[in-house]
Amino acid sequence: MTQEHAHPHPEDEGPPSEHEIMSRAMQELLEEKGLITGEQVRRRMELFEQEFPQRGSRVVAHAWTDPAFRKRLLEDGKAACAEWGLDLEADRLIAVENTPQVHNVVVCTLCSCYPRALLGMPPTWYKSENYRRRVVREPRAVLKEFGTVLPESVAIRVHDSNADMRYVVVPLRPAGTEGWTEEQLASILTRDTLVGVALPRA
Amino acid sequence: MTPSAYAPAPQRRFNVGERVRVKQADPPGHRRTPAYVRGKEGAIERVCGAFPNPEELAYGFDGEPKRVLYRVRFHQHHVWPGYEGAPHDVIELEIYEHWLEAA
Repeated sequence: MTQEHAHPHPEDEGPPSEHEIMSRAMQELLEEKGLITGEQVRRRMELFEQEFPQRGSRVVAHAWTDPAFRKRLLEDGKAACAEWGLDLEADRLIAVENTPQVHNVVVCTLCSCYPRALLGMPPTWYKSENYRRRVVREPRAVLKEFGTVLPESVAIRVHDSNADMRYVVVPLRPAGTEGWTEEQLASILTRDTLVGVALPRA
Repeated sequence: MTPSAYAPAPQRRFNVGERVRVKQADPPGHRRTPAYVRGKEGAIERVCGAFPNPEELAYGFDGEPKRVLYRVRFHQHHVWPGYEGAPHDVIELEIYEHWLEAA
């Protein structure tokens, strides 16, 4: 699966969408009423783009190195993150662990629910109809398109985040990472490994 | 500390491991139960807690009374006739209690 052509050409942006107009109108109203400021909106966008995407890798790297924390993360993701100093805001989190017998992959078939407070904004492919329709019914074919081929002996467990919970995958820690720092481990825990379409590589 | 999402829902109808069937229904409006699991049978994997009913929230109501949300595990072969993966492949979804009946 490939990313959409993404770089903007100002001359072919076209008119703003209905949702864009509604969103701008809502922001203007809220600013007029003194409830929010443009600076706050900008800061939120910056957090989603710069800070939040780092969090998932760090928290899972910590789980790789601290078995007690890993256990708490799997029991109650939100509470474990809070204890570690990460406020997931409205996100209620279920962490699901890969084992030699089970591989987990996450989707939202109804829209694009995603653990944004942990991973930032969802990638384009996650929101695509192609991914949402197909990964639930032919997960092995979709994983293969991402370069992830798993033996039949490994059960694929698809998680449809169709309601109130959000999901993050705790991948298997690969051989050859013994003695790595959490920072080194976080560097191989990419976004795609935490959604479950890829495996971390040492 | 932030309250846990796994607050037990003492009034719940189902327990972990119990067999359930998703109601085969097609009501209009905002529903969080995907069509592909309606009428399918699975097992309760965990109790997520009790949350405001999204079918009410979607229309500006308060979502009360709260509904118990379960995580239900289905075998892929039961969900998709002709599923081509391994026999132990599963799919899990969140289903509100009012969509479930004992199987």
